Amino acid sequence: MSVIYVLLTISICVAIVFFIAFLLSVRAGQYDDSYTPSVRMLFEDEVTIQSSDETSKSNPKI
Amino acid sequence: MENRVCYHCGDSCGKHSIHYDGKDFCCHGCKTVYSIFTENGLEQFYELEEKAGSSPFENREKYEFLDNQEIVSKLVAFDEDGVQVIELSIPTIHCSSCIWLLENLNRLHASIINAQVNFPKKKVRVTYNTKDFSLKTLVLLLGSIGYEPYISLEDYGKKAKTVDRSLLYRLGVAGFAFGNVMLLSFPEYFEVQEFWLDQYKVVFRWLMFAFSLPVVFYAAKDYYKSALSGLRSKILNIDVPIALGITVLFLRSTVDIIGGWGSGFFDSLTGLVFFLLLGRFFQQKTYAFLSFERDYRSYFPIAVTRVSKEGAEENIPIHEINTGDSILIRSQEIIPVDGILQKGDAQIDYSFVTGESRPVTKTLGDTLYAGGKQLTGVLELEVLKPVSQSYLTQLWSNSVFDKDKSSAFQTLTDSIGKRFTIAVLTIASLATTFWLIYDVSLALNVFTAVLIIACPCAIALAAPFTLGNALRIMGKQGFYLKDTKVIERLAKIDIAIFDKTGTLTTSDMGHIDYEGMELTSLEKDMLKSTLRASNHPLSRSLYGLLQENDIVTLDEFHEKQGSGLESRLAERVLRVGSSSYVGTVSKDFQEDTAVYISTDEGIKGRFVLKNQYRQGIAHLFSNLKKTMRLAVLSGDNTGEKQTLEKMLPKGTELLFQRKPEEKLEDIKQFQKSGKVLMVGDGLNDAGALAQSDVGIAVSDNINVFLPACDGIMEAAALPDLSGFIDFSKRSLWLIKACFALSLCYNIIGLYFAVTGQLEPVIAAILMPLSSISIVAFATLGTNYLARKSRRFKKLI
Repeated sequence: MSVIYVLLTISICVAIVFFIAFLLSVRAGQYDDSYTPSVRMLFEDEVTIQSSDETSKSNPKI
Repeated sequence: MENRVCYHCGDSCGKHSIHYDGKDFCCHGCKTVYSIFTENGLEQFYELEEKAGSSPFENREKYEFLDNQEIVSKLVAFDEDGVQVIELSIPTIHCSSCIWLLENLNRLHASIINAQVNFPKKKVRVTYNTKDFSLKTLVLLLGSIGYEPYISLEDYGKKAKTVDRSLLYRLGVAGFAFGNVMLLSFPEYFEVQEFWLDQYKVVFRWLMFAFSLPVVFYAAKDYYKSALSGLRSKILNIDVPIALGITVLFLRSTVDIIGGWGSGFFDSLTGLVFFLLLGRFFQQKTYAFLSFERDYRSYFPIAVTRVSKEGAEENIPIHEINTGDSILIRSQEIIPVDGILQKGDAQIDYSFVTGESRPVTKTLGDTLYAGGKQLTGVLELEVLKPVSQSYLTQLWSNSVFDKDKSSAFQTLTDSIGKRFTIAVLTIASLATTFWLIYDVSLALNVFTAVLIIACPCAIALAAPFTLGNALRIMGKQGFYLKDTKVIERLAKIDIAIFDKTGTLTTSDMGHIDYEGMELTSLEKDMLKSTLRASNHPLSRSLYGLLQENDIVTLDEFHEKQGSGLESRLAERVLRVGSSSYVGTVSKDFQEDTAVYISTDEGIKGRFVLKNQYRQGIAHLFSNLKKTMRLAVLSGDNTGEKQTLEKMLPKGTELLFQRKPEEKLEDIKQFQKSGKVLMVGDGLNDAGALAQSDVGIAVSDNINVFLPACDGIMEAAALPDLSGFIDFSKRSLWLIKACFALSLCYNIIGLYFAVTGQLEPVIAAILMPLSSISIVAFATLGTNYLARKSRRFKKLI
């Protein structure tokens, strides 16, 4: 019968976890620069490709 | 011949391109950068974005002051255990290639641990080991690859600012509470009479109460503060009814749930605060890479080289310069203090100060004023006054720079807010009086209901969204404003005042006319060959004009600093220079900038260099003339008076030879008869820009350093200024339309409130509905206006 208490507790706990995650991300400065990470994200892969064929880079593409 | 473009920077290579590795480069600098990149496996730079590079700098001596550890320690953000962190501002950051390259700096030097770019701010944060590396090496490294950092006095001693993220926290808290309260109030919305839900009503209600606590006491804190400070200075701003609404909402809801009379209005309360904060967030958007608060400190270097009596050189922070010291100014350095020239040939470019690009030649014993830039060669100065008391920097001691323009200005929202508050309080008290007579039990209910429903959420949202969007639209067109209040002030302008040099004219001498006897082609060849050896900027401009002529070998060549050039070829003598040097004194035209030519046969003629006016200026003036008074304030002599009179509409006031302080006083005079818009560019306009109601700085390159102002405009956008003013006027009309719309919602709500039938569900529907429709109306409306005015511009 008091299952509603359990449900409420769980739902609020989940909500609070996300809320805390938001607070931590703000504190870490994730929202200070909303542009650069979007560009940086695209680099990562290309850099690894670059470093893997570092030895055979004699003729760079144009 | 096909036009070759530099593989690195994309500039035209001209006739003398440099071939390297099968590619063309415009200069050795670009070629060097390319070879640095290829040697370090960074050629991907060119794949991400084509021709994205910048040419490297040439002046390395400029950074010698970074050897001084005391100065370095004031610049770095972190310094411990051999690791330093520094945030450097790099104006040349402009594309994704730049981000990629700078974040891969550690490949260029092993001591660099990490580098992170903040693109909107054009900053890079570098962490490095100090063991075999230093800030100076880092700066030189960045300079050598075309990313010269800008280090100015402004950075000195400034500790890393803590970023203000409180609005984000507040928004998060309000959004979190709003969502949860909405969910919890669902059962009540549908009035489910189910026994099971009914039984737990109390739990739901107290949970909602708990969620609204942080909203009322934390997220909405600013509104109480603003309302209180408004009341203290006897102003009824828009925050007064908002704060009143929030307080009443909270108290009434709490009383409701304690007494068990209803579920309260927690959903409307949290929603209201959330939407209001959202409006603030939207309005807050600023241009992170532009600074609107600059003073002379952003122009001045941090350190200078002091020469002791024994001749030893030492780098000292410029605050430590004392009267009587000898300081060294290298080429391309800015003179930080007033001083007497002791040694060297001074070619001073005062364009930072006056906007005038023509350099001034000074001889030994002359006084040099702070703010000028030495063009070539090394100077030695004896300091007359310390930094803070120099001619230019004294301007900043004027009280106008401490005044905050926006606090004195009453926004449209605030002026509406005043009337609105009075109206709401009147209605509330009338309705309460009525119910006190008719049915006392309902009186308090009605009173609170009126205050709740009249809470001007939609009104408070109209301005942030309309102006915030207008700000963005203007930014896309090359007009960057400091904040949204500037748009309101811009719409109310009566008088527009323009600086001449650098604002109405382009910053370089574009236009050269020849007056006098025709020169033979041999004379022209001789002239070109003579000019070739001179570094004087006027010579360079003239040299550029004579491209078609050939170069001959001269038999003799002399340069007399500050006067002119003389050359001899066979029996012919050619003199180029100022009128007194060449031997003519023409009183009539002394005000023009001219280069005189004479041969052994006598005076031949002169080249007159004219400032080139920006395109569309005449049109802009005739457009503005329809609605406002116009004036031109110039620091120059009256040489251009006739041209201006011819070009600009009748009735435009022309004032010449105005010093910086005089410009400020002139603006004060104009302000007696209306709101003044000042458009300027140089530091000499700084006082006028600060004094005016709206000060706009015009620049060919918005990344160079401009004086403190309310708005920065790309030079290309200047002819559209009248369009921008028009657009801001229309935006204000749109806000008024939004007010009318939100009043309709208020009237509907008030009907329920006054008759005593306000149910939480009605408030919960009305509040978000009005807010969202206002937001949509404001955003779509500004977009429509922008499209309309752009079409209007094309028709011109």
